[in-house]
Amino acid sequence: MKVETTLTVNGTAYPVELDPHTTLLRAVRDEIGLTGPKEGCDDSECGACMMLMDGKPVNACSYLALQAEGRAITTVEGLAGSEALAPLQRAFLEQGGVQCGFCTPGMLISATALLGSVPDPSEEEIRVALAGNLCRCTGYDGIVRAVHQAAADSATA
Amino acid sequence: MSARSFTAPTSLDEALTALAGGARPVAGGTDLVVGARQGKAPLPDALLAIHRIDGLGGITEDGAGLTLGTLATHEEIVAHPAIRDRFTALADASAIVGSHATRAQGTIGGNLMNASPAMDAGGPLLCFDASVALRSTKGERVVPLAELWTGPGQTVAAPDELLVSVSVPEPAAGTGSCYVRLEYRRQMEIAVVGATAVVALEDARVADARVAITALSPTIRCVPEAEELLVGTDGDAAVVASAARATAAGSSPISDVRGSAEYRLAMAEVIARRAITGARAPARGEQVPIPASPAMHAARTTGEPGA
Repeated sequence: MKVETTLTVNGTAYPVELDPHTTLLRAVRDEIGLTGPKEGCDDSECGACMMLMDGKPVNACSYLALQAEGRAITTVEGLAGSEALAPLQRAFLEQGGVQCGFCTPGMLISATALLGSVPDPSEEEIRVALAGNLCRCTGYDGIVRAVHQAAADSATA
Repeated sequence: MSARSFTAPTSLDEALTALAGGARPVAGGTDLVVGARQGKAPLPDALLAIHRIDGLGGITEDGAGLTLGTLATHEEIVAHPAIRDRFTALADASAIVGSHATRAQGTIGGNLMNASPAMDAGGPLLCFDASVALRSTKGERVVPLAELWTGPGQTVAAPDELLVSVSVPEPAAGTGSCYVRLEYRRQMEIAVVGATAVVALEDARVADARVAITALSPTIRCVPEAEELLVGTDGDAAVVASAARATAAGSSPISDVRGSAEYRLAMAEVIARRAITGARAPARGEQVPIPASPAMHAARTTGEPGA
C-alpha cells in the first residue's frame, strides 16, 4: 500500500505517494527528480547519498523516506540558495576538489555539516569528518584544501 | 499488492499497541535499513517509526546516575558533559560509531537491540552495569544489560517489547574508563576487536575493575578472570599486561571478512592492554583524548610496553 506524504526538500514541499520501504534517497531521486544525491554503495559505506535533515547529516540510502515527513531536507541542489554557487562549492572548483564528481554532492553536504558545527576545523578534523565519504579520484587533498578555504572565506566574510 | 504499512505515532501507548499488533520499530534506520539491503533480514511489512514519540529521547542525570532515552543519539551522548567526564568509555564508543551521519541519526536503543557483538557502545554500558527498561502493553520490566543479549542479533526481549530507556548507575569516585577498538578505517567502521575497561582506584589501589570484550565472542561480555587480576593491585604495567593476556584467553573470536580468529586473538591482548591503560590514566591525573581510538594506538607517553 502506498502512503501519501509531503517531503520538504530545499524549501519546497513535494506531495508524494511512497511504498513504506522506500528510502529517502530513492524518493528524492525517483519521485522528486533531484538527482544530485548519488547511489554509490547503497550500504552506508560511501556517503555519496548524503543529505541534511533538519541540518544534520543523514545517509539517505539508509533512511526511510516516510520518516522525513515534517523535516527540512537539504540536498546538494539546495546548498547555493539564490546564488550560483555556495562558497564551499566555489572552493571545491578552485582547489581541484572535483574530478569525476560522483562523490562531490555527498562531500559538499558532509563538509557543510562539519562547518556548521566546527567553523574552523583542523586538517585532522576535516579528514576524520569526511572519512565517511569515499572519493576514488582526487586523493582527497584538494577536497581538504577546499574545506579549509571555505572556512577561511567565511571567517573573513 | 503488498500489505506494507507505516505508522509514526506521537504517543507511546499507540506505539505499544502497534507493536502488540505485529509492527516492528524503526528509529534512525542505520542498522535496520542497511541490514535489509545486505540480506540480513527483510524490512518488516508493518513499520512503526518511533522518532516522534514524546519522552523517549534525551539524557537525564540525577544523583544516582544517568538515564538515556531510547532515542538518544550517539551525537548527543558524545556531547554530554557528564558522559565525557564520568562515563568516558561510553563517549569513546559513541564518538566512533559510523560517521557523523550515523551518529546524528543512530539511537542508543536501536544500537543495543541490534545486539551486534561488534557494537561499540555495548561494552562500556555493560561495564557500567547499565540496565534497560522494556515496555509492552502488558507492562514494563527492567533487564540488566548482562542478561539482554543471548547471541548475535538475539535478545531476551519479546517482539512486542520496546526498549524505552537505559539506566546507568553513577560510578564510584575515582573511577576511570576507556573503550578502544582496532579499526581499518576512521569512519563507517565496525570494530575488528574492541575492549572496554573501567577501573576504580582507592588510595592508588584498584578497588574494582571491569573488562569487556567486543567482536571477540558471540555477545559482548565481561571477562572476570581479567578483572580479578586487577583488583587489589596498584595496576602497574605488569598487572595490566597479565590482565590483558587473561582477556585474550577469555575470548572466542570467529574468522570473517574483517579478520581471522588468530589475528583477533593476538590483537585482543593489545587492545585490552590499551583499554585498561586508558581507564587507569584519569585516576592518575593523565589525559586520554576522546575518542581513545585511535589516540591510544599511538600513545607512547607512559613509557610502558605497547601502552
